[in-house]
Amino acid sequence: MEMIVDEIVAKYNYWIYVVLMMIGFYAMIGKRNLMKKLIGMNIFQTSIILFFVSTGVKKGGGIPIVDKYQALAGNVDAASIVNPLPHVLMLTAIVVGVSVTGVALAVLQRIYREYGTLEEDEILEKLQR
Amino acid sequence: MNATNLHLFVLVVPLLSALAINLLGRRSRQWIAPMVLGSLAFSVFGSIIIMARVIEHGNLSYTVGNWRPPYGIELVVDPLSALMMVLISVVALLASFSSLKSVEQELPGREHFFFTLYMILIAGLFGLVLTGDAFNLYVLLEITSITTYGLIAMGRGRAALSSFNYIIMGSIGACFYLLGIGYIYILTGTLNMADIARILPTLNAPVATATAIAFALVGLWVKMAFFPLHSWLPNAYSQAPTGAGTMVAPLMTKVTVYLMVRVILSMYTPALVFTHEWIAQGVVWAAAFAIICGSVLALGQKDLRRMLTYIIVAEVGYMVGGIFLANANGLTGSILHIVNDALMTLCLFLVVAAIIYRQGSVSLVSLQGIFRRMPITMAAFTLGAFAMIGVPPTCGFFSKWYLILGGIDGGHWEFVIALVVSSLINAVLFFRIIELGYFGSLQDGDHHGPPSTERHEAPWWMLSPLVLTAVLLIVVGLSTGPLINNVIRLMIPVGF
Amino acid sequence: MRDIHEHTAGEDLIIKTSVRLMVPFIQVFGLYVIVHGHYSPGGGFQGGVILGASFILLALAFGMKTSQEYMTVSVNAVFNNLGPAIFIGVGVLCALFGGLFLDYSALDKLIPLGPVEWRSFGIFLIEVGVGVAVMSIMVLLYWNLSSGGAMDEGL
Repeated sequence: MEMIVDEIVAKYNYWIYVVLMMIGFYAMIGKRNLMKKLIGMNIFQTSIILFFVSTGVKKGGGIPIVDKYQALAGNVDAASIVNPLPHVLMLTAIVVGVSVTGVALAVLQRIYREYGTLEEDEILEKLQR
Repeated sequence: MNATNLHLFVLVVPLLSALAINLLGRRSRQWIAPMVLGSLAFSVFGSIIIMARVIEHGNLSYTVGNWRPPYGIELVVDPLSALMMVLISVVALLASFSSLKSVEQELPGREHFFFTLYMILIAGLFGLVLTGDAFNLYVLLEITSITTYGLIAMGRGRAALSSFNYIIMGSIGACFYLLGIGYIYILTGTLNMADIARILPTLNAPVATATAIAFALVGLWVKMAFFPLHSWLPNAYSQAPTGAGTMVAPLMTKVTVYLMVRVILSMYTPALVFTHEWIAQGVVWAAAFAIICGSVLALGQKDLRRMLTYIIVAEVGYMVGGIFLANANGLTGSILHIVNDALMTLCLFLVVAAIIYRQGSVSLVSLQGIFRRMPITMAAFTLGAFAMIGVPPTCGFFSKWYLILGGIDGGHWEFVIALVVSSLINAVLFFRIIELGYFGSLQDGDHHGPPSTERHEAPWWMLSPLVLTAVLLIVVGLSTGPLINNVIRLMIPVGF
Repeated sequence: MRDIHEHTAGEDLIIKTSVRLMVPFIQVFGLYVIVHGHYSPGGGFQGGVILGASFILLALAFGMKTSQEYMTVSVNAVFNNLGPAIFIGVGVLCALFGGLFLDYSALDKLIPLGPVEWRSFGIFLIEVGVGVAVMSIMVLLYWNLSSGGAMDEGL
């Protein structure tokens, strides 16, 4: 029992991202309303972004903002600042997520205008008629 | 301007023309056609020059911003990338001739939006084949996907619903790929593909490496509609506007297959991916299922475009199975099939576009007797059908030949049987349509008066790329030998 | 719609006054974030979102027509394309002057400031392009989604 608790505490960032990802995945697949599926997709993408950012953390690390001349002189200890590369990569991923959400919302508006509802089963009913 | 930057200019010119179309296309429509055709013609010339140079001098690589390779984003042009660049630019140019006319008919007044998305999609495809950096691949994959979501949603009827379904599934695929890249970054600390290939075999982390490989491959499989992750494809490609389907259907899934080849060959070296025999076996069985199920599902369709989309699912099965056969013939057949399948799908979708332009629908019922009205279109369709079935000397025969040889070499008889059965089913599918087209009684489109039997072909804008593609099918088939010797053989890793 | 406005006339005044006071400061802060991107936290995307948010705040408080007076639809269309054009233009300019794509030190031949200084300044030029693009696209997204494509009435 202690070993399990130890495992969970030591790698808690992995556990958090797995739980969030499964919540998002369940929403994408299990919910009937199209808007809820879209929000599930957002949660899914956010969990991966959180995971990436958490991989850059170092024990006792500080914010990765360094004075320009200090960095040029070479007086920066890489072990004392958090890795900034995942942050930059995730900026791009956030922009991608925003774009996909924007397109999806516009598509949802078209669906609403056409069928009058955003519930999947009602739409399927209308299609079969 | 020196020619080291030529491959980047091939990418940048369509992108700049997309911006120009967005600005100028609002004022007047006549700017759109010259800009689209001009930039794509430049890309065709540029990619042919690059291909010649790569065959002569070897790989070109440079980093954007002139930073040293592991730190900068590297662009690599090796023979496979150069081949894909030529393929993308030629297919895009031929499809644009037809799309310009279709969009005029189907989406009046919104052409500048359509072609902005179209040109950004093409620029994204060029970027995908050029990049040598794992995260850059994710960004460009999403660029191409987002523009495709937009293009598909512009159609009529159920298009918006199909596009939404594609958005959900496509995002799952891209996120899985991103997760795979995340694991790789934690393991190796670098995102450059050549660097990862250098470092990954020296690490001793089998579980983490296997997880990374699995996530990235499954993500790419969702994007290329590998059975059973294919459910978004038939709806999305058949409900899209005709102009979008003509360009997206031949290119998107094939470029994603190329990405899988690139990831397996250059990033995760083949030694790592094929260590466990049973995984490769399993994937080949899954590919055999994909081929059979795709072909059988195509038999039940009553609409020519939906039938073609299920055939695309089967073709993806050919290519994935060919790669996971893990021998030289299989890999050659797979890469050759990327080129051939793009051309065959382009030819068939151009036929569909021409028929829709004149008739408005491609349901099998409405295709009866169409030979009398559109003989050239039907002749090109027959050539495309022969290529799909695998009749020499069209290109389809040669790639299937190599795939069958690869299956026999590896002892994967299920794959060989699936290939042969699928060729037979394709023969049934296409000969059914050829019989309807040539020998059926003419359908009367408007229900008044006897049906007209005069020739009423699509305009020459749509007919000339069709004829050119049909001729290309034979030309590429006949030049398979030089293609394999000069280009594809250089890509096969040692030991296969 | 008109009776909703009559009911909430009192609250409207508070929102309008506070927004009118805040928006200039928000915009200055957005510009600050863009310019300081290559030196401290910030950059094109972040600053662009802040600038876009200021226009959206105007639209929320005063109505979409008013915010369209401050940035007309056609100016928005120009900015949409100007942003990426600046980005790609700088890259192509570097390539034309003999360097690689986005190799800012090649711009030294155009305006002599020193290749190392140009590398730092080139990032700023790119960030301006990104900021302009993100600002105009955020505003366009909001306009389109809240009015259903018609750009006349929204929230």
